[in-house]
Amino acid sequence: MSAEVKSIPMFMALVRRDVKLAWSQGGGAMLALGFFFVAVSLFPFGVGPAPQVLARIAPGVIWVVALLAAVISLDRLYQADYEDGSLDDLMLSPIGPIGISAAKVLAHWLSTTLPLALLAPAMGVLMNLPDQAYGTLILSLLVGTPALSLIGSVGAALTVAVRRGGVLMLLLILPLYVPTLIFGVGAVDAAMSLTDPLPHMALLAATTLIALVVGLFASAAALKLALE
Amino acid sequence: MHRFANPAQFNRLADAILPWATGAFVLLLGAGLYYAFFDSPPDYQQGESVRVMYIHVPAAWMAMFTYMVMAVASFTALVWRHPLALLAGRAAAPIGAVFTALALITGMLWGKPMWGTYWVWDGRLTSVLVLLFLYLGYMALWQAIDEEEKAGRAASILALVGVVNIPIIKFSVDWWSTLHQPASVMRLDGPTIDGSMLMPLLLMAGAYQAYFAVVFLWRMKLEINRRKLAVARQVSMHAPVGAE
Repeated sequence: MSAEVKSIPMFMALVRRDVKLAWSQGGGAMLALGFFFVAVSLFPFGVGPAPQVLARIAPGVIWVVALLAAVISLDRLYQADYEDGSLDDLMLSPIGPIGISAAKVLAHWLSTTLPLALLAPAMGVLMNLPDQAYGTLILSLLVGTPALSLIGSVGAALTVAVRRGGVLMLLLILPLYVPTLIFGVGAVDAAMSLTDPLPHMALLAATTLIALVVGLFASAAALKLALE
Repeated sequence: MHRFANPAQFNRLADAILPWATGAFVLLLGAGLYYAFFDSPPDYQQGESVRVMYIHVPAAWMAMFTYMVMAVASFTALVWRHPLALLAGRAAAPIGAVFTALALITGMLWGKPMWGTYWVWDGRLTSVLVLLFLYLGYMALWQAIDEEEKAGRAASILALVGVVNIPIIKFSVDWWSTLHQPASVMRLDGPTIDGSMLMPLLLMAGAYQAYFAVVFLWRMKLEINRRKLAVARQVSMHAPVGAE
């Protein structure tokens, strides 16, 4: 069988394996969802339970906490495989470093960030989000969260060989999350004030596409470097 | 380009440039500060506070310029494995971080009397803050990985990813027309700033550029000597006992 024919089932197998690992004992997906729930419910205690105040800050709070929840699950993205040596094996496989990053990012998105987007409406209820904004909230998270996984993958790959690299990874990738956050929250805010969220959504999609192009290449380069 | 890969040759070149750059820095800074503070008119709207601009605008230009130097060095280091390029990126980063911080701080000091606030989350201010974080991240990554060669190349990848931010800074004032004023010097239709203010501004920009050249070359030489010292230490450590 030629390399191309073998690489697609391999890619799918890697995605399946990582999704399974994320949801099994010791995986990070449940942890991220739990963090999302608990951290959002801290805000009414912090700013007071006044419904108008909560509604005003709801899009921002939900987006920021979703972003942080995605990040805390990222530092293990490559590290577990790096430590037990399976990353070395994977690098020799026909899918190559870009294929590995793509599979890891897809698995992270499916297992962790996509559930965050699906849980978001429940957080909207806690934060008193106005009815007209729910659709845009889910849609903006669906469009924007792949960028979180992609950019995060660069940070995770760069710090894979660093002991206690988690905090360093945060320092590297949080600034790069700023455009995604701005346009994501902008879309939900627009829907909340009954204006057109489409321009924000288009820019959000553009950010995700740039992250797709830059993120996979940069992750692959960083992985190659770490395993030299 | 690989002609300068030889550290000895680079050192000779740096030694030849340094006195000129230092002289240019002193002259330009002297002239620039004189014009900026004594021989340029106060603005008809901003009054004397306009003089902050002569410190602030060149710092902001240099913050972006230095990042591009770092990015080009990173690219050269990753693609051609140029031995001095990693050191060039490392030498440039703290200088750029200081320019960025200076631009932010002078901007805040100017903003308080003019806008009535030290800080707003406007597009320009936010993207320059992100630039500062990118510099800090680059330096932190250099620091975090034990093996220097690897640390430098990891940091280089980060520097290249961060290049996305540079056009965002440049065009932020056009995309989000909030508080920060749009460009008045580097415009396609020529500068809209008056000549009496443009002159001190350009002198100060030249002074900053010369300052960058001086400190950058110093830091490069420092890095090269530090490497030499590390190698010499290793050699003497592995030398058999009594070989000295």
